[in-house]
Amino acid sequence: MTSHFPILQVVLPLLAAPVMVLARRAGITWLIAVAMSAAVLGMAGWLFVQTGAGETISYAIGSWPPPWGIEYRIDAANAYVMLLVAAIGLLVALYSRASIAAEIPADQHYLFYTMFALCLTGLLGMAATGDAFNLFVFLEIASLSTYVLIALGRDRRALVAAYQYLITGTIGASFIVIGVGLAYLETGTLNLADMATRLPDVSDQRSVRAALAFLTVGVSLKLALFPLHLWLPNAYTYAPSAVAAFLAATATKVAVYVLMRLYYSVFGAKLVFEELAVGRVLIALSLAAMVIASAVAIFQRDVKRMFAYSSIAQVGYITLGIGIASETGLIAGIVHLFNHALTKGAIFMLLGCIALRAGGVGFDRIAGIGRVMPLTSFGIVIGGLSLIGVPGTAGFVSKWYLVVAALEQGALWLAVLVVASSLLAIVYVWRFVEAAYFNAPSAHIAALKEAPAGMLALSWVMIAACIYFGLDTRLTLGGATDAAGALMRGWP
Amino acid sequence: MTVIAAQFTYWVTIFIAIAGLYIVIARGNLIKKLVGLSIFQTSVYLLYIAPGKLIGGTAPIYSVDFAIYSNPLPHVLILTAIVVGVATLALGLALVVRIREAYGTIEEDEILAQEAPPDAVATPRP
Amino acid sequence: MKDYLVLRVIAKLMIGFMLLFALYVQFHGDFGPGGGFQAGVIVAASIVLYAIIYGLDAARTVIPDRVIEALIAVGVLVFAGVGVAGLLLGGNYLDYFVLSGDPVHGQHRGIFWVEAGVLITVFAVMLKVFYLFASRGREADAE
Repeated sequence: MTSHFPILQVVLPLLAAPVMVLARRAGITWLIAVAMSAAVLGMAGWLFVQTGAGETISYAIGSWPPPWGIEYRIDAANAYVMLLVAAIGLLVALYSRASIAAEIPADQHYLFYTMFALCLTGLLGMAATGDAFNLFVFLEIASLSTYVLIALGRDRRALVAAYQYLITGTIGASFIVIGVGLAYLETGTLNLADMATRLPDVSDQRSVRAALAFLTVGVSLKLALFPLHLWLPNAYTYAPSAVAAFLAATATKVAVYVLMRLYYSVFGAKLVFEELAVGRVLIALSLAAMVIASAVAIFQRDVKRMFAYSSIAQVGYITLGIGIASETGLIAGIVHLFNHALTKGAIFMLLGCIALRAGGVGFDRIAGIGRVMPLTSFGIVIGGLSLIGVPGTAGFVSKWYLVVAALEQGALWLAVLVVASSLLAIVYVWRFVEAAYFNAPSAHIAALKEAPAGMLALSWVMIAACIYFGLDTRLTLGGATDAAGALMRGWP
Repeated sequence: MTVIAAQFTYWVTIFIAIAGLYIVIARGNLIKKLVGLSIFQTSVYLLYIAPGKLIGGTAPIYSVDFAIYSNPLPHVLILTAIVVGVATLALGLALVVRIREAYGTIEEDEILAQEAPPDAVATPRP
Repeated sequence: MKDYLVLRVIAKLMIGFMLLFALYVQFHGDFGPGGGFQAGVIVAASIVLYAIIYGLDAARTVIPDRVIEALIAVGVLVFAGVGVAGLLLGGNYLDYFVLSGDPVHGQHRGIFWVEAGVLITVFAVMLKVFYLFASRGREADAE
């Protein structure tokens, strides 16, 4: 049975989704969702432990041997991302019961869990697969279920946000298909490992470079790299809170993994970073994201929107790590992927607690909320400290590694910019602190209670993880080092 | 002239792709955007299928009389892509139906004009 | 539209042939253009024709909403179930070789059931989309 774990962790949510449609009642579908997420987490954890020793697990679907069949190839890089997605999936599944009770009509709850299961399938499949077209299929499964999840939001602007995300996301996915098609035409294979062995022979062809360009643009649209980020603020702001927490923690991270896999294992670091100037383009766009998105975040009037822009800035840090194109930079990017997922997931969960009690998260609505909901607000403050990169939190570890990577390359100006943009983060986190603690609560706010114990406990599990992984980095940093090593070794 | 004739399908692919993208960007009507998206996706299908037909190749069913077969794999991939495109179109149209009920219009500029500033009270959907 | 005699008679003739043609397309996917997706759309088109001529409520009596939703789920379960059957019989996921004593016959069986699952799901989804879009216009008119 354990040899089938690579496919089972993708297929189990896929099997759970129609069962949920048949079951229909919200309570039963929630139990199925939690049981499925727990099983997937167990499998992802087992795979993480197996691949940590440097092993690569190859699973041939349909017993057709690669490169003719579709192959699932798990090494340390995939297993790291899949562990993250599975853990966030379980936490959000547990959290969502109370959260969506207030935000989605009761007769649509089973549809929410169905879409959640399909989104989990898509994300895990994207991470696990070793076939280029299979990657596109799972990307579209994840994207289509994401559009539905966002459209379930209370506000009618959620519909427009989902529509805009649909248009831009489909264009991105079509670009990925074009890139895969051009690569297939040049190499004659869709299996990523086989493509990696054949690409060096044809890498001077213009169509291979065009394939790289199309794939970069398509994947960058999914990971919201500046300037392809325009769908993200609306999507995160108007989606239900559980959805925003899940997406902020997983969707962009898996897209970052896909980008790293394509650059390092398939096209090869030599073509991408030495012959072409992709690294420098990534650094330029990442710096733009870090500075501009943080600056725009400062002027937002809605807390969720502010943290959505903060997400764009933090993804800039991850891609900066990739753009620096050294092993330390890659480790920095991967560990920030994990840490930011924890931080943002926790913040959006806590914002969901506030939305549950206060009915909204505009800055005028949450004035003085720190006094009536002390645990929730303090949790957001700790999350904000992790975003800034204060020592003792998870964010510090990744920023530290980024600065070290920049200094290793001799780019002092880059290190200075990383620190300077963290100062911008202080400004927008301070806006929340000021609104929550230094304003007098209105009568409406003063009558509120603390958030429900279940939701609060789960959010604090993630906040505690932020602090824990800031102090004990063996899991995150060790996993990231193994992942970076696996990526740089390549597949052939 | 031979350049255009030899690569005719690629020229058509590029024309359809740019036409589709232009419609998505330039038209404000939500359904027209979806139409442009479909046209763009059609160009992607053409990109895959046209090189699959080999000159002198026959249908890919094994027979001792033939040595060259056309490639069946692009067709399989494009069937999948077409189904994904249809699902996306259906979802997009469902969203447009809901937007029409919520806003009373499907023109993008009129929808944006109805948007209150982001900190206002949420307007519930019908 | 059921007041028009010509439309009613032709629809009654055509729907039977459409369903038969859908089955033909379904089973000849191995040898020519066809397969589950195309056949599913043709089956849905025949029910849509029935709904256009005889009214949405008549179509809803023939195939109720709950049945359609259940069929969507059943089709996906059939497809995924074929994969799990491959797992239980000793092969990998979606392994058709082990589904029968002879590997070639196993491939036939696997593809047959997978296409059947696709037919059910595509038919149900297309019909459900039609029901949803058609009934929404009526609610707006009734207001």
